[in-house]
Amino acid sequence: MSKLICKCGHVNPEGSELCQACGRTLTEEAAKRKTNDVMRYEGMARRSQTYHTSIIDKVWNFFSSVKVGVWLIVITLVASAIGTIFPQEFFIPQNIPAVEYYEDRYGIAGKIYYVLGFHDLYGSWWYMLLVAAIGTSIIIASLDRGVPLYKALKKQRVERHDSFLKRQRIYSAYEAKGSQDTLNRLSEGLKKRRYKVRVENGSLLAEKNQFSRWGPYINHTGLIIFLIGAMLRFVPGMYVDEMLWIREGETEIIPGTGQEYLLKNEGFTLETYQEGDSEVFDETIQRTGAIAKNFQTDAILYKKDDNAIAGSTDNITEVDHHAIQVNVPMKFDQFALYQTDYIEDELYKMSFTMDSKETGEPVGSFTVDLFNPNTSGLYELNDGYAVEISGYYPDFSGFDDGEPQSVSPLPNNPAFLFNMISPEHPDGEVAFVAIQQNLEPLGENDYEISFNGIETRDISGLTVRKDLTLWILALGGTIFMFGVIVGSYWNHRRIWIKTDADSNLYAAGHTNKNWYGLKKDIAPAFEYAGLDQPDDHQELKESKGNAKEEDESGTTREHK
Amino acid sequence: MSKKKQKRLIMRVSILAVLLAAVSYTIYSSVTGDERSLVRAGDQAPDFILEDLDGDTHQLSDYKGQGVFLNFWGTWCEPCKEEFPYMQKHYEVFKDQGVEVIAVNVGESEFKVSNFANQFGLTFPVVRDVNSDVMDAYSIGPLPTTLLVNSDGEIEKVITGEMSEEMIVSYMNMIKPESQESSE
Repeated sequence: MSKLICKCGHVNPEGSELCQACGRTLTEEAAKRKTNDVMRYEGMARRSQTYHTSIIDKVWNFFSSVKVGVWLIVITLVASAIGTIFPQEFFIPQNIPAVEYYEDRYGIAGKIYYVLGFHDLYGSWWYMLLVAAIGTSIIIASLDRGVPLYKALKKQRVERHDSFLKRQRIYSAYEAKGSQDTLNRLSEGLKKRRYKVRVENGSLLAEKNQFSRWGPYINHTGLIIFLIGAMLRFVPGMYVDEMLWIREGETEIIPGTGQEYLLKNEGFTLETYQEGDSEVFDETIQRTGAIAKNFQTDAILYKKDDNAIAGSTDNITEVDHHAIQVNVPMKFDQFALYQTDYIEDELYKMSFTMDSKETGEPVGSFTVDLFNPNTSGLYELNDGYAVEISGYYPDFSGFDDGEPQSVSPLPNNPAFLFNMISPEHPDGEVAFVAIQQNLEPLGENDYEISFNGIETRDISGLTVRKDLTLWILALGGTIFMFGVIVGSYWNHRRIWIKTDADSNLYAAGHTNKNWYGLKKDIAPAFEYAGLDQPDDHQELKESKGNAKEEDESGTTREHK
Repeated sequence: MSKKKQKRLIMRVSILAVLLAAVSYTIYSSVTGDERSLVRAGDQAPDFILEDLDGDTHQLSDYKGQGVFLNFWGTWCEPCKEEFPYMQKHYEVFKDQGVEVIAVNVGESEFKVSNFANQFGLTFPVVRDVNSDVMDAYSIGPLPTTLLVNSDGEIEKVITGEMSEEMIVSYMNMIKPESQESSE
């Protein structure tokens, strides 16, 4: 590869814009570019622009481009916006398959939406790929710029070529002012403003807040750490987000814990504010009805023995016992159980009476646990009466071939085939009983079964959450913010002073932002040295209008 | 200089490789999603212990040396019902060849399960998973799901959905211990 040899003799790598030793512009293109753009990376060769040989280099160069990075961000933003047009899969009714829902509801647009994966945007492979590409772009672009920038700033020379100084936005030449005394006074004045001053050979470099140039790189590091945290959620054991539906009185394995923990629901409570509880609520209660005060599951947490076998309930020990409320989770072993949902009044027990049709009087009553009927199915009543369940259909849906059917094990619509035993009918009479349905399939009976009340219970919905990536996300976020602060609230400011053999003095200044601040910062030093304030050529350009011409011709105003 | 260039190339290749690996892993994990956590063929079958309708306990590891036809079912599930007569029929043939059938009910009432077992005249162990413990361990989703466990306690195959009679026979053959085969 070719190298760029500067007039001063320094050998610069290909792609350099400014000589790293003296600051001369090295190429025609660089000379034409705006000084601000050239100075952003100190005129260093960006690595990406150096090689164009292998496929690896091509991939590298692609991601190194800021233009590509910006496009990736724009595409991601547009995709995210499109993802809000129709509801995400998470929010659509659970009982309809997503594939049907989007087409039925939104027509062809909905179908396209679904097929392209917009319905589950964050889970779409191409969306993840976009985010990953942005991450890659951030890493490569930062490396490509950060490393050369670091090198350039570390090995800065005090003395720069006149053309380098001349190119700066803040620049003035002072005829016959280049005495040692002026230099000393400038140095002293700048040191007072906490500049780090180096003097060599009648030249001076004053610099402050170089670290603020690292702001963008620090905040990119934070972003990458954040992305790593997000990625770690896919590593088994790092992140659990499960739902546990648990009925009052029941004990269930807590999903996501690897069958290690069980939870017992001792009871679910939903409290509402009552009129009179507080004046604040009275008016609202009258206007809108009940207002929830508390959702609570009284829970007992059990841990299984470490080497316990699935299904075994022998070695379980109680570890915790307290109420889970909204914002008061039950925490254990990096897990937390949050109260997030509930279903009230699911059928639990049903009471019946067996009545004599003749007298209309009950001969006895019994209660069936809809989740666990007597194993034998037999319910003994008094005086030789008994009822036997010969069939139980918890979620009765109708008859198929004369056989009653149940579509689920949940008592949504319980139905029974009863055999009623009485002294008159020791073999029993058959009755089919469902809600608002009473059939006598084998002929007219002397007895009948009637409902005598129900008992209900609530189901508590708990979210099981474990997130070992939180601290990484917090760390990434903190570093990101730190980078933003470093880059925003401090500015890298530099002043170059040069004196020549004819005792002329040249002053140039550069900052990455806030030129007004720079000028104000250096004003006392120049005043102390008895020099006029150096010119801001941007300002001159604006005020004169024809400054472009002046800039190209390379002439600058000189102070007499 | 070419040495420097080579060093740079190695650097770039390694950075790109690390990024590619991380991205591929993440996308693979997300696309395969829940499937990843499923118990799969080739895995060691998680051990469990459950009580049958007579109050006897059955522990999977006790059946080492035998093939176990492990069926997860519910009484309301129609395809499950269809399978039981075939399972019963061929169990009677294969039990002497070292194949055991264990039917794990997904935690319904003893009344329902024993009625069902009586109705179909089941003679193999029917156990109830009251706390959904075993279902969780085997990450059971839709019913019926059948796992074929070989004599080494390793899962040969996971079948989701209904099986025909021919399938049941071929599956029982699949897990028949080899020593039994040669003695025939």
